[in-house]
Amino acid sequence: MSRILFVDLEKCTGCRACELACSMKHHGEYNPAKSRITVFSFAPTASFIPIFCMQCEEAWCRNICPAGAIAKEERDGFKIVKVSEGKCVGCKICMLACPFGDMGFVSEKQKVQKCDLCEGEPACVDACFYGALQFKEAEIANIPKKKAAAGRLSESYKEVEV
Amino acid sequence: MCGWMGKILRVNLTNGEISKEDLSPEAAKNFVGGRGLGAKYLFDEVNPKVDALSPENKLLMVTGPLTGTAAPSGSRYMVVTKSPLTGAIANSNSGGFFPAELKFAGYDLIIFEGKAKKPVYLWIENDKTELRDAEAIWGKDTYTTQDRIKAETDENAKVACIGPAGENLVRFACIINDAGRAAGRSGVGAVMGSKNLKAVAVRGTKGVTIANKEKFANAAKTFIENFRKHKADWQDPFTYEGTIGIAIVAMNVVGVLPTRNCQTGVFEGIDKISGSLFNTTFSRRKNRPGVACFSCPLGCGRVGKFFDPEFAYEGDGPEYESTGAFGSACGVDNLAAVAKAAYICNEMGMDTITMGMTIACAMELFEKGYLPEKDVGMKLNFGNAKAMVELVQKTACKEGFGNILAEGSYRLAEKYKHPELSMSVKKQEFAMYDPRGLKGLGLSYATVSRGACHIRAEVHDLSVWGLYWFKILKDRGITKPLDPLAWKDQPWAAKEIQDWFCIIDSSGMCNFNIISSDYPEENVLAMIEAATGITCFGNYEGMMKTGERIFNLERLFNLRAGFTAKDDTLPPRMLKEPMPEGPAKGHVVELDKMLPEYYKLRGWDEHGVPTPEKLTELGLVQERRK
Repeated sequence: MSRILFVDLEKCTGCRACELACSMKHHGEYNPAKSRITVFSFAPTASFIPIFCMQCEEAWCRNICPAGAIAKEERDGFKIVKVSEGKCVGCKICMLACPFGDMGFVSEKQKVQKCDLCEGEPACVDACFYGALQFKEAEIANIPKKKAAAGRLSESYKEVEV
Repeated sequence: MCGWMGKILRVNLTNGEISKEDLSPEAAKNFVGGRGLGAKYLFDEVNPKVDALSPENKLLMVTGPLTGTAAPSGSRYMVVTKSPLTGAIANSNSGGFFPAELKFAGYDLIIFEGKAKKPVYLWIENDKTELRDAEAIWGKDTYTTQDRIKAETDENAKVACIGPAGENLVRFACIINDAGRAAGRSGVGAVMGSKNLKAVAVRGTKGVTIANKEKFANAAKTFIENFRKHKADWQDPFTYEGTIGIAIVAMNVVGVLPTRNCQTGVFEGIDKISGSLFNTTFSRRKNRPGVACFSCPLGCGRVGKFFDPEFAYEGDGPEYESTGAFGSACGVDNLAAVAKAAYICNEMGMDTITMGMTIACAMELFEKGYLPEKDVGMKLNFGNAKAMVELVQKTACKEGFGNILAEGSYRLAEKYKHPELSMSVKKQEFAMYDPRGLKGLGLSYATVSRGACHIRAEVHDLSVWGLYWFKILKDRGITKPLDPLAWKDQPWAAKEIQDWFCIIDSSGMCNFNIISSDYPEENVLAMIEAATGITCFGNYEGMMKTGERIFNLERLFNLRAGFTAKDDTLPPRMLKEPMPEGPAKGHVVELDKMLPEYYKLRGWDEHGVPTPEKLTELGLVQERRK
């Protein structure tokens, strides 16, 4: 079993506490511009969606990196795609390659940055007031969503009962 | 500087010059931010006697040291200016994301001076600042304005703007930011309109630094833990049902829900404007938690979709105050109409409380035969939802009778020779709490610097919510809520809560969060001092002293503007007409008993003027001489 960063979109209120926690943890200041997770709001549906690195198995960022600075690494119970700051040459090609826009850039260091799940203790998960962000086993991550769908089916079943 | 960004942006609209100044460390230490810092700069720079809508008035947008931090609900800013509605100091608070973005761009406050020759908006991108032509968006509603400016600048920019009401100098126009968040009261939007300033757009990529990170994180964590203790009885109801959720029914039960212009405190149509009706029928988020401002764990924001063909709309709202003002106060028991009226206020940029209470006043004038039908152009009985919604739009555009409503309820009632029917203090209308059933709030309505207002000092919290997790009660060994109908304990409670709220309103946090956490005083103090690294207060007593300093400085501004003890009063209805029904039946506000004791506790003389000794004690020596 492997744990992943997962989000229950139903619970996100768009408060962006995750962005603050991330920037404080990795940059020592409150600055959403430096956060590795970013929340977007969509007014018409009153919904909020945090976007963060999915830690791809076949990571586009790793595949394209000319300096071999990005590697998939195994930890105790989870995997991360990790940037080695020493090896990063600041070419930024990974920023173009990532299909989700999850490679960030730190001007002060002239290096890229990305989510490393805080090496197993994600600060964003800790800061999330409603438990929208979760660090959990991948296999069962979607069970609550399935249950919600089942609940809706159950409701409709009642309606057609004769 | 830590916590604060250390910079002021000064924008002279008359000559188009924009300059950056250092924030005065002494002012920051003594007045913290937001409401306090705004009062300090306004007092130092604006003659309290100026016409609020003249170029001589200034408009200040002020964040606090906790704005843009992980302090729970560190999302707020305060708009401080002289009010065109009251003639007193105005301080209107809003959250959303604009205030934090202003800090991320590197500024604690913006001071707008003078008047632009033609409509402009200010675009701030970190150090780059620019006044841009706003003629193409002048006249546009607040939602369109925000979209248009984002399209012209940066889609991630945050925008605070006025709508047509602010441009038309409606005396209670507000400033809207981040879709439907509002610096609502006292007409701050009209001041912005008088300066030809349509909007401020900001994008910032800098960080807020914290002097003592560990101490800060611990205080924020303790604050949240104490907040979580009330998850079931407080946090969940508010996040899942919003302020409309439990408040409107609760206030009706307490018997203080302003109904038909405060003729009673109990509304028979309550079930048709309740939060549960909203959530089961109209909410866009249903069982999801609400919409939050920056860094807020409560998330009280609503988004509704109303199908009623006559009042259809989709968007922000409604919340408690708007629902009371357009619902019970106007005798309207149609939630769709109530929400629609509030939404038009958002679009046009107007304060929902004053708008609703002004229409309520007009309805009473009409029913009593003081306001002729020909003046209004329609019948205006209580409960006429269609007329109400139509008049909201007309007020924003100053069309027909809207011209008179745009002046607020006091000037309306005065014009028709019955000023006593305006439910206002210092010409600003009551919030949705009839003080006859909440006497401490009545005293506070009478004495708060910006006129009748529930939120600059929530004295009622000590009574109606059953909240007794306030240090001021604990220190006195009080373990039960204060009796809202007994006046005896109210003078000290009002003073202490007013001083405490000066700190909350200056911190950058939202008072709704602070009243939701057990004994928050210590943690708020620790967060401010850990963020800034400055011993602003030293201890609890020092913090309350700073609150008192801010409150007294606002008082000095008002006294210089020409206010006297005579203005510290309530409408005759509150003082003489007993509440006709409900739990507060038979009660009036014993202001004559409370006020002298309150003045004494404040260290003010019998004319309501702070004594020289009190001002010296508070370090307001220079201000005393001015």
